[in-house]
Amino acid sequence: MTVQLDARPPVVPAPPRSSGRLSRLDTRLSPYLYIAPFFLLFAVFGVYPLAYTFWVSLHDWDLLGADHPFVGAENYTRLLADPDFWHALVNTLGIFVISTVPQLLAALWLANLLNRGLRARTGWRMAVLVPNVTSTAAVAIVFGVIFGREFGMINWLLDLVGLDAIGWKSNRFASWVAISAMVDWRWTGYNALILLAAMQAIPRDLYESASIDGANRARQFWSITVPLLKPTIIFCAIIATIGGLQLFTEPRLFHSGTNPIRGGPMRESQTLTMYMFENAFAPHYNFGYGSAVAWLLFALIAIVAAVNVLILRRLGGGAGPRKETTP
Amino acid sequence: MSRLWRASPLTYLALIVAAGLSVFPIWWMFVVASRTSDAMGQLPPPMTPGGNLGANIARLFDNTDAYFLTGLINSAIVASTVTVSVVFFSSLAGFAFAKLRFRGRNALLLVIIATMMVPTQLGVIPLYLLMTRLEWNDRLPAVIVPALVTGFGVFMMRQYAGQAVSDELIEAARMDGCGTARIWWHVVLPALRPAAAVLGLLTFMTTWNDFLWPYAVLNDPANPTVQLSLRALSDGYYQDMSQVFTGTAIVTLPLLLVFVLFGRQIIGGIMEGAVKA
Repeated sequence: MTVQLDARPPVVPAPPRSSGRLSRLDTRLSPYLYIAPFFLLFAVFGVYPLAYTFWVSLHDWDLLGADHPFVGAENYTRLLADPDFWHALVNTLGIFVISTVPQLLAALWLANLLNRGLRARTGWRMAVLVPNVTSTAAVAIVFGVIFGREFGMINWLLDLVGLDAIGWKSNRFASWVAISAMVDWRWTGYNALILLAAMQAIPRDLYESASIDGANRARQFWSITVPLLKPTIIFCAIIATIGGLQLFTEPRLFHSGTNPIRGGPMRESQTLTMYMFENAFAPHYNFGYGSAVAWLLFALIAIVAAVNVLILRRLGGGAGPRKETTP
Repeated sequence: MSRLWRASPLTYLALIVAAGLSVFPIWWMFVVASRTSDAMGQLPPPMTPGGNLGANIARLFDNTDAYFLTGLINSAIVASTVTVSVVFFSSLAGFAFAKLRFRGRNALLLVIIATMMVPTQLGVIPLYLLMTRLEWNDRLPAVIVPALVTGFGVFMMRQYAGQAVSDELIEAARMDGCGTARIWWHVVLPALRPAAAVLGLLTFMTTWNDFLWPYAVLNDPANPTVQLSLRALSDGYYQDMSQVFTGTAIVTLPLLLVFVLFGRQIIGGIMEGAVKA
């Protein structure tokens, strides 16, 4: 489809017929050719599985069964009656809330610190971003040890200040806190950099006129910076929702020993994705039931993301001027 | 720089604390990796490296349950194949979306942005069934092929191509009789190089770190990615933490290396993307 560079003799005003048709074909069709790989692959490995999950969820479908009869909503009704499902749902939401709220607040604070005339600017930015580039699995293992019962560093620190040791893996709420610490460790710096980028786009004269009017630093932060950052904060919150509600690697590797897919002996920190895995893959291989979990999780993510947007739109009074979003 | 933006000593103090918290778990991982397993029982915990790293590495690579070397090789193959593919297809599609006119362009671009918001991870079960039908289970194509394109990559390249490639240059090339493929190769690709580098780095790191999908589809313990080797170590060797931590340290090392070398570009990519997205 390449056209020869010298196909058009410079003296002839109109190009030869064949080459002209070829080049018209080229400008007309080649764009589709260039974007086709994405859409083809995404259709096969992205859209189709997601839609087909719903189809599978309506069937009694496991690894060994030769046929998989249609059962309608039975997987869903069974799921909604399963206390382990509700347990995992509460775990997921609990971990989500106690990780996301402090994470975004800390990121905002960190971005505010980084948004000053600092020496070694890039160095500080790298230091806060480095957790984000590490391997999630490796970090989950390390945090599993730091939060160990007997020889963990956190319990040792608690002991130093005269507090009792905490069973970070056997106490339900404590395991949520430990996993949230892991999530926040990884994502706070990343979000801080995104918020920092948005902060730098705020015109300085807004602050100058505010300080002439007598507004102090804190006042300026809450009535200029935060409202102007609202679109970016919403963006961060949605990303955190999509990731947080699908949490898997951190809680899975936080636990070791027998049957860690259950997130502890009493399912202390089994998230919905872990629950989906436990049912869809080893040990049960019940694809129909697992697919029902996947669809409810999908619905949950959509609902929580929408709720996030509503709450954050309301916060801080009227809508601040939207950041320019030139595509 | 106006006086509003000066950093006080308190700013530096707070940043030192934040940076310390960020770096500490990584540091401590290398400390334990270089000591004997006794380090785990010591309180206060040791904070300086020991001299046992070589022995730990030897034990790790001799471990017959973790298949650590296979895992490293597999992960290198998977991550580099995916990286090359994502950068290639994204720069093609990004160029088309930014610079070529065609019917349905805006609608298709919206589809791409929407794909970034959809949690496709939730399709793992049919994907698993599909891999079973293709007989790719336990084999590397199962983790490579679904990752060959990303909506994020296309979007990022499209944003960059929009500002980095001038329309005049493309018009001029067209006047000279260049077809779009040649324009892409000779005009667009050189201009996209900085963004392609960042996209490549981010893709490599994401793929190297991926756990969920390999965990679902690569069930043969003898043919893992390196993250699955870590899982095998963590589940089975919690008595021998110096060996496990040696594994986590080796897995983290290439990422840290990339980050130290290209951190500035990665930070630039994240922050620019944030402003434009």
